Amino acid sequence: MSEPITQIVTPTSLDYTFTAGGATERFLRGLKDGKILGQRCPKCQLVIVPARGACARCGVPTEDDVELADTGTMTTYTIVHIPVPGSDVKPPFVAATIFLDGADIGLFHLVHEVSLDKIRPGMRVKASWKPQEDWGFSLTNIRYFVPLDEPDVDVTELERRIAHA
Amino acid sequence: MRDVAVISFAQAKNVRDAGAVNEVEIIMPVVAEAIAQSGLARSEIDFTCSGSSDYLQGAPFAFVMALDGAGAWPPISESHVEMDAAWALYESWVKIQSGHADSALIYGFSKASSGKLREVLNLQLDPYCVAPLGIDSVSLAALQARALLEKSAYSEKDFAEVAVRNRANAKNNPKAQLAGDYSVDEILAEPCLVSPLRKHDCAPISDGASVIVIAAGDIARRVCKRPAWIRGIDHRIEPHSLGARDLTVSASTRLAAEKAGVNQGPIDIAELHAPFTHQELILRDALQLKDDVEINPSGGALAGNPMMTAGLSRIGEAASRIISGQANRGVAHATSGPCLQQNLVCVLEGE
Amino acid sequence: MFQYRPMPAEHEPLHASFTLEYAYTRSTGPVVGRFLTGLRDRRIEGVKTREGRVLVPPAEYDPETGEATEDFVEVGSAGVVQTWSWVAEPLPKHPLQRPFAWALIQLDGADTGFLHAVDAGDESQMSTGMRVRVRWAEETKGFITDIACFEPDSNEARA
Repeated sequence: MSEPITQIVTPTSLDYTFTAGGATERFLRGLKDGKILGQRCPKCQLVIVPARGACARCGVPTEDDVELADTGTMTTYTIVHIPVPGSDVKPPFVAATIFLDGADIGLFHLVHEVSLDKIRPGMRVKASWKPQEDWGFSLTNIRYFVPLDEPDVDVTELERRIAHA
Repeated sequence: MRDVAVISFAQAKNVRDAGAVNEVEIIMPVVAEAIAQSGLARSEIDFTCSGSSDYLQGAPFAFVMALDGAGAWPPISESHVEMDAAWALYESWVKIQSGHADSALIYGFSKASSGKLREVLNLQLDPYCVAPLGIDSVSLAALQARALLEKSAYSEKDFAEVAVRNRANAKNNPKAQLAGDYSVDEILAEPCLVSPLRKHDCAPISDGASVIVIAAGDIARRVCKRPAWIRGIDHRIEPHSLGARDLTVSASTRLAAEKAGVNQGPIDIAELHAPFTHQELILRDALQLKDDVEINPSGGALAGNPMMTAGLSRIGEAASRIISGQANRGVAHATSGPCLQQNLVCVLEGE
Repeated sequence: MFQYRPMPAEHEPLHASFTLEYAYTRSTGPVVGRFLTGLRDRRIEGVKTREGRVLVPPAEYDPETGEATEDFVEVGSAGVVQTWSWVAEPLPKHPLQRPFAWALIQLDGADTGFLHAVDAGDESQMSTGMRVRVRWAEETKGFITDIACFEPDSNEARA
């Protein structure tokens, strides 16, 4: 006789159509034009990116779009040595938090074209964009960030400014 | 027991598809309106609790993202239920009873337009013997409707009358999604969606959000001229196995109503969370409401049914009529799960 | 009151379609496991409560008293429709892609309703109290869909 049943697989599949919302849509449309848009909180004045139409700290709506530079400072990072399922990025790679110049919140992205033993907090980086003809409504229009030949920034100073906002 | 009252209620307009706005953008204006109305500053609100389900919009941890709509800095005391936000209100009430908070902001939201609601609700069923059959929410409710037709004196005409009254009441509700004048004959002439239920027997699929602020004794009296005091609140659940329940009655509502003290005084208005017409009849009987009680002056869930917050809205609709002086003592009801599986009953009263 | 600025009318909102899939592997536990094992062998088993009621599908406990259930009992593969709903337009996930009924069915020897589909052809063929019997799937594997559906019981002799 065959074995008694002790486990079953219950497959579930659900179809969705996602809409990003007003602020996120403007952010994505900006990327299509090669621009990175953040939003300024009318209360704490911090600039948030990507924008979601709200300051998560103050709980107030944000409406003022601010165009940000595609350069910034890397504050923290991790070196990933294992492949990520579904991703074509080959390990090892650097996943980092980048404070774009003009923004007060970190943006998650990749940092490439740097030797792994040289990577450090405070490094200046710049976006490496895909060719313009490949731009879509996506943050992947920026392939990754690359080091910029500029002096490092004091990360503690950056963090202090945000904490006291 | 501490005296706790609803002091403010606001809701987004119920719409079939909020389309271009995300959940934060749905919630935020409503939170702002409810706080402004409450007379409290945001920093004076001790506890925040929400109700939602990520499956509705298909975004894991959407409830965490939604917190942007309430604001969480400096770090707030917060909790969440994967249920209708009426249960978030219950949790908040318990928190205030425990003395760990004196006021609370409760919100619920859904953007069900992203997915296929009838299929999404399948996920709340027994995952071994029921959910894999692929049964949907309307089909389940229709099983209950037929059982009621065959075991009670109610007819399809009674179902249609519930639809007509709710949609007519909704004409006075600017936030309603479906409102208007219909006739019983017109509705009965419609084909069935899932027999014996017609489209008009079913609540619409809605995007929306609603927000309530509650506060304890002195605070409520200070900021609100006529707070809607929560005199009793209780919730009960029935077995998940549909075949083990008598679907024609709501034993859980009846018991919750008894515990909440619904019939310890005269009731002016009742706001019942009945996503299907026949469920309003079952609830009315379970609550033992007298014929002179005004049921669903807002139009109820049949006028707009944003999942996970339509129950909270029932409490808000009843409370706001007490706050405004239109009513003195009311009962609000919220449901969750298939065929009225879980039910919450809240008794509200003016001073 | 605050309102977000409306989207410019010249374009449709950006949207993206996606499918979420969750293929969870669930432990059945001894009670549901035995029920599903029975289905694989084309046999329907319920469980007896201390009061002597037979629950199908079986549960680990009596939903009325919370007491543990006791012995397994085999029930019939036919029974009586307690209530039903008629689906004129099946959804893609429904078990039949032609008009059919959902029903709670009290199997012979059981005291509770068992939820499944009934392939009755036409709504006029459905009625509460009618007898239906199991149509087994061609292949059984220990899953609720080993019962393909129920069908009106042409052999009314037992009714």
